[in-house]
Amino acid sequence: MRDVALPTYTAKDFVTDQDVRWCPGCGDYAILKAVQKSLPKLERKKEDFVFVSGIGCAARFPYYMNTYGMHSIHGRAPAFATGMKVANPDLDVWVVSGDGDLLSIGGNHTMHVFRRNVDINILLLNNRIYGLTKGQYSPTSEIGKKTKSSPMGSVDYPVNPLTLALGAGCTFVARCIDIDAPMMDTLMQRAAAHRGTSLIEVYQDCNIYNHQAWFYASQRESRPDNTVVLEHGKPLIYGKDKDKGLRLNGHHIEAVHLGKGITEDDLIIHDETNRVLAYMLAEMSCPDLPEPLGVIHAAETRPPYEQMLHKQVKQAMEKAGPADPKALIRGGVTWTIGANGSA
Amino acid sequence: MTPQTETPPGKATPIESVAIRFCGDSGDGMQLTGGQFTDTSAMFGNDIATFPDFPAEIRAPRGTTYGVSAFQVQFAATDIHTPGDRINALIAMNPAGLKTNIEDVESGGIVIVNEDEFTPSNLRKAGYAEGENPLDDPELSLHYRVFRVPMSRMTRESLADSGMGSKDVDRCRNMYALGIVYWLYDRSIDPTVKFLENQFTKRGKPEIATINIRALKAGYYFGETAELFPVRYRVAPAQFKPGTYRKISGNEATALGCLIAAHKAGKPLTYASYPITPASEILHLLSSLKHFGAKTFQAEDEIAAVCAAIGAAYAGDMALTGSSGPGIALKGEAISLAVMLELPLVIIDVQRAGPATGMPTKTEQADLMLAMWGRPSESPAAIIAPQSPADCFAAAIEAFRMAVRGMCPVLLLTDGYIANGAEPWLLPDLDDIPPIKVEHPTQNNNPDGSFLPYLRNPETLARPWAIPGVPGLEHRVGGLEKKDGTGNVSYDPDNHDHMIRARAAKIQKLVDLVPPLTVRGPEKGDVLLLGWGGTYGAITTAGERLRAQGHKVATAHLRYLNPMPANLGDVIANYRTIVVPEINMGQLRSIIRDRFLVDAVGINQMRGKMFQVDMLVERTLEIMKR
Repeated sequence: MRDVALPTYTAKDFVTDQDVRWCPGCGDYAILKAVQKSLPKLERKKEDFVFVSGIGCAARFPYYMNTYGMHSIHGRAPAFATGMKVANPDLDVWVVSGDGDLLSIGGNHTMHVFRRNVDINILLLNNRIYGLTKGQYSPTSEIGKKTKSSPMGSVDYPVNPLTLALGAGCTFVARCIDIDAPMMDTLMQRAAAHRGTSLIEVYQDCNIYNHQAWFYASQRESRPDNTVVLEHGKPLIYGKDKDKGLRLNGHHIEAVHLGKGITEDDLIIHDETNRVLAYMLAEMSCPDLPEPLGVIHAAETRPPYEQMLHKQVKQAMEKAGPADPKALIRGGVTWTIGANGSA
Repeated sequence: MTPQTETPPGKATPIESVAIRFCGDSGDGMQLTGGQFTDTSAMFGNDIATFPDFPAEIRAPRGTTYGVSAFQVQFAATDIHTPGDRINALIAMNPAGLKTNIEDVESGGIVIVNEDEFTPSNLRKAGYAEGENPLDDPELSLHYRVFRVPMSRMTRESLADSGMGSKDVDRCRNMYALGIVYWLYDRSIDPTVKFLENQFTKRGKPEIATINIRALKAGYYFGETAELFPVRYRVAPAQFKPGTYRKISGNEATALGCLIAAHKAGKPLTYASYPITPASEILHLLSSLKHFGAKTFQAEDEIAAVCAAIGAAYAGDMALTGSSGPGIALKGEAISLAVMLELPLVIIDVQRAGPATGMPTKTEQADLMLAMWGRPSESPAAIIAPQSPADCFAAAIEAFRMAVRGMCPVLLLTDGYIANGAEPWLLPDLDDIPPIKVEHPTQNNNPDGSFLPYLRNPETLARPWAIPGVPGLEHRVGGLEKKDGTGNVSYDPDNHDHMIRARAAKIQKLVDLVPPLTVRGPEKGDVLLLGWGGTYGAITTAGERLRAQGHKVATAHLRYLNPMPANLGDVIANYRTIVVPEINMGQLRSIIRDRFLVDAVGINQMRGKMFQVDMLVERTLEIMKR
């Protein structure tokens, strides 16, 4: 519903005059570019966008977006975003932050924003390391990882952002890779259209402290065999020669080679609306199974939090009629003292 | 038939003020009983002040001392400021209640006990030695006028033909006790009859109303016919300013004040909070006022609550968060962000006894330094501390006025004592409250066509409150230091020094909204009792008493802690000794000594309770002798 025609935006309209200060070669550059390119296609007014972040390298994002924005405190971006939507549900709120910010210090808020299904979009730039604090292991770092704070190898098991989101009730869960601008564009548009919380996990390369962490999934040679691109209603096929597939064996997903009696009909057909399937797909990890990319789960099964909140307020106001502040402060029992000072 | 409750004049002994306390098990309905006596007295025209005192345990084991719930009310024919130091009459529904409250009864005071509950098992639970019954102790009758009333049995007997189960019948004991007290103090039972009818009819339980009313009347008639009490007392109505009054607690007044502030600003209120004693009631109240546009967000934790409030402020709502000390500590970093973002935010701190979990249902005023300094780096915020339950209303409105004008966080420091206590409130004429002027820019403020989010108003030093949704004013705010004007990230040393000073100066500019400090008593003299917050009633009463004894003692109360009234230094200079009574180790005293280089003396007591006026008087006299 637009009462006036939208201006035609280009990516340039979303670029600020601030110098981008990420390390040269950082995966964040590609993501910033992809986002700036996608926004003009979303058919939203530029002034309705708010980019909110926490702390970390990724959290510098809002400074580079020529929209409204808030660079907040460590881990709390989902809470700020929730408050913005409570105040004004018409805003198009995007949280952009890293794995340390959203999954470690801010894990609690991330879980609760998923649970409430606040209509915001979250770009989780996952580089599996603390970059801004110069290279400690993060909550997505693999066990045994040697860093400045884990010289003998980390003894922390990593969290999987996708299964965490699904477990907490997130209604849109997707994943892509920093250098894959076309997929990023597709997912941005899907996320923007989704009513409810949407999570896009982005495999992002930190070329200083965790370079090549995702190369097994991001490079031309490695990607086809180590990832599978999900398409709703299509069989799960992957591999350089599109000759591998995923099928169900009892309660497990197994990788199979097509041919020798195995056909596409044997494979799992992706169904975005199936949360159980989504969970199984989200659990897949290399080297055993290819890691899923694209939309893992999308289902508008529940109304967003702020929508229900505003509905309750509206209903209460309609039922009570015009607000009367005088009646409000009177409350229940009152008594009057006459001019002579007696009751 | 409604009994004739008005005693012929002359039969009851007139008395200026009475403090009574109802106590019993947490399940005995003592809060409701005390609340009813308060309402009836208020409607009769007495001045009232209440002090509900309940355990943190929701259902502590029956009969134990830690499960005792009490409600104290002072009602008076004169202007009073406290629920009273000493109790004139104690109504104890069980041995544990008697044990924990008897010390506060004045010598020769009335003690009415439900003797049926003084069973061996209840005595044991209350911690009395085997075979010991305090009612049999001659000392008790020596010090107090003890009335042993078999309330449980008489309630049962009076409802024997009601056909109701023993559980429902036994629950009417508190109404029986209330009936006795109504008779003793010559009060009409009609308001409570009406209350019971409304209350239970609404819930579709008229039979419960009936038995409660019958028990109430039975208690009243018992007082009349048993001739147990040699005298009755009558507290005449107080002289009030003409107008319409209601009873209000501090938490109620805070919630209403915030809503009216939003109304005066013409904006919606968003309250983001996490449940915590003793502040939760504000969340409950605002959640029930959705029809007035109140939006409430019960966050996942204290930090999320303040962050959501800041998000709401950025998006243009009147933003509020609230908690108690432990929660305010958690909110510290986010409040410092609000300082940096320069957004209007009101933070309620209903102070309680600490540290850590402390005594959550007990009062204290030890968060002043937390409010003043409890954030990283230089993070100044305005601070207002209401001085009585009803004063929370005006203070909440002023807090929003300051927040909007200064584009800054404002802390509203109430405490458990005024939050739960109640007093009569002369309903203000809302038209007399000036609007809160909010301006959201719609145009660029820079000749070059750009928008400067940190361009300060030269008068207030506040930045413009530009909100998302307005084309052309897109801007970023954040926790990194800002270049003044552009709001861009800046590590420039001179700019940082300038910004710290600007944020501090902006708070001090709010002094325009702070009225000069007024003094009760002599304008110059020996002692100034200088207090802040919930101790107003006790300190004011102590000052009145000291002056009545001929001492040159004045009292003054700081409602504004930051900025402080401009004339505070002049006031302080007028007295030989500055005495600062506080329910903490001397936090305001430190500030006063620091700011004014005056050798202020403290009266400090942290018992989880309001000061006793007697104690303040004694300690002040001691200080004067030095």
